[in-house]
Amino acid sequence: MFAGSEVHALSVENLRKEFVRKDGRKRTRVDALRGVTFELGRGECIAILGQNGSGKSTLVRLLSTLLIPDGGSARIFGHDIAETRTVRTMVNRVSVEASFFKKMSATENLAYAARFYGLTPRETRERIPVILDRVGFPVSRRTHAMEHLSRGTQQKVALARALLTSPVLLLLDEPTTGLDPRSKLEVQDFIREVRAIHDTTILLCTHDLAEAEVLAERIGILDDGRLLCLEPADEIKDRYGVETLEEAFFAATGRTFEDEREEEEEEVRA
Amino acid sequence: MTAIAARARHELIGLLGVVERNWYLVKRYAMWELAFFVWTIANTLSIVFISKAAGLPPDQENRLTTVLLIGAVIWAYLGIIFEILTETVAWERWEGTIEYTFMAPLSRPVHLIGMGLFAIAYGLVRATLIFAVVAAMFGLHMPDANFATALVLLGIASVSFIGIGMMTAVLPLISPEKGTQLGFMAQGIMLVVSGVYYPVSVLPQWMQWISTISPATYALRGIRAAILEGATPADVWGDIWPLLLIGAVAIPLGLWVFRRGEQYAKRHGKLKRSG
Repeated sequence: MFAGSEVHALSVENLRKEFVRKDGRKRTRVDALRGVTFELGRGECIAILGQNGSGKSTLVRLLSTLLIPDGGSARIFGHDIAETRTVRTMVNRVSVEASFFKKMSATENLAYAARFYGLTPRETRERIPVILDRVGFPVSRRTHAMEHLSRGTQQKVALARALLTSPVLLLLDEPTTGLDPRSKLEVQDFIREVRAIHDTTILLCTHDLAEAEVLAERIGILDDGRLLCLEPADEIKDRYGVETLEEAFFAATGRTFEDEREEEEEEVRA
Repeated sequence: MTAIAARARHELIGLLGVVERNWYLVKRYAMWELAFFVWTIANTLSIVFISKAAGLPPDQENRLTTVLLIGAVIWAYLGIIFEILTETVAWERWEGTIEYTFMAPLSRPVHLIGMGLFAIAYGLVRATLIFAVVAAMFGLHMPDANFATALVLLGIASVSFIGIGMMTAVLPLISPEKGTQLGFMAQGIMLVVSGVYYPVSVLPQWMQWISTISPATYALRGIRAAILEGATPADVWGDIWPLLLIGAVAIPLGLWVFRRGEQYAKRHGKLKRSG
């Protein structure tokens, strides 16, 4: 199979994905990822920064086996993502939307999801209370429908769902976007704890520059489907001769995060 | 434990998870289930009352009422099977859980068969209740009825229904907006050619040809023979073997069609809910 430390937790090489957008009878090919290459060591946490449409979620979906690449390759602990079953046992994901069956309780949502990963009812009866307790989920609300929980609390349950299956690679796609400051800090603390205790390798896609800087050893800037760099924060700042990560992002892409916030607001208004 | 045994155990637990999740949803939507049941009863009555208007002698009216009731109940049963299988994609897309389900290490055949098993169990309970309630309302007499044969036929036909349901379940992946409606269309077409409220012999020849490949044709004919004439499985073997044959083709074909649809969705980024 693979030889211990020589195998990267994640090895992505020239990964490409394009989508066809239809506008009436006109078809346009849009490159979502244009030959992305990087490697991720076991137990490492990297953050990928990028604006909306930069390709972050496409990268996460490709690694989750939810999309089929148009070129290149990605290997998770030596297994090509085309080996879907093996890869799926190793990977889990938390996305910006804490997606659940909203009428079902946290316990019910976690139980059935764990079943798909081979956990028996006895195992989930033992593990779910422990993991919900660790994410700070109130015992009294375990049987309440998810729709009655705050967004921050739902996101904690989403983290619990991902960790319940003991993934060796955790893909976090904007896990704290839209959370209030307190919930955001709690989720970030939990991510740190997961790394410390479980030796989980983490790929974090985020809008939050500060979050990237405090959680990740290396930071990548993804712009228009291209990975412009992937280095420790200080090296990125040195490379562009700037003081902050935000300035580095601007120097690398020609855009600021403020531009993106305005775009998001326009989308909401639309 | 060998790798094969471990894999089988994992798949079996996953199948249990599919059934378990659907059971949770039935419990959480209990009042809606009741409302849906009332609607199905009303729908069945709107068909069965036709027999009252026919002005037939009591024994013939009893027979016609039973024939119509069987047609309406099979229609409702098929509707439940197709609806639950279509929810494999449609409901999960609406809730936003579809990507989590599709990235889980559970094989798609087991996932779909789990949905199908739940659909059969749930559909059988519903169909039995509808049949019992409406039969009681009309005071139907079925002195010769062989319900065991009817259940055997429905069970065998369900295999084919699940296979066809798998094919329609993939439609929301290809067309998120209209795919579900296409599933209802398939259900309607199947029943029209299968003699749901009339003998297949009244259909135009070209529709009769189509009826020979519809499992509902054999299910309806066999179940009516079992309930009206007390036919045994041996008596309706002529309906059972075509059902077995269609089922043997429908399940692999349904899985193949679903797999093709899933691959299409993964190539074109159509799994996610929006965009």
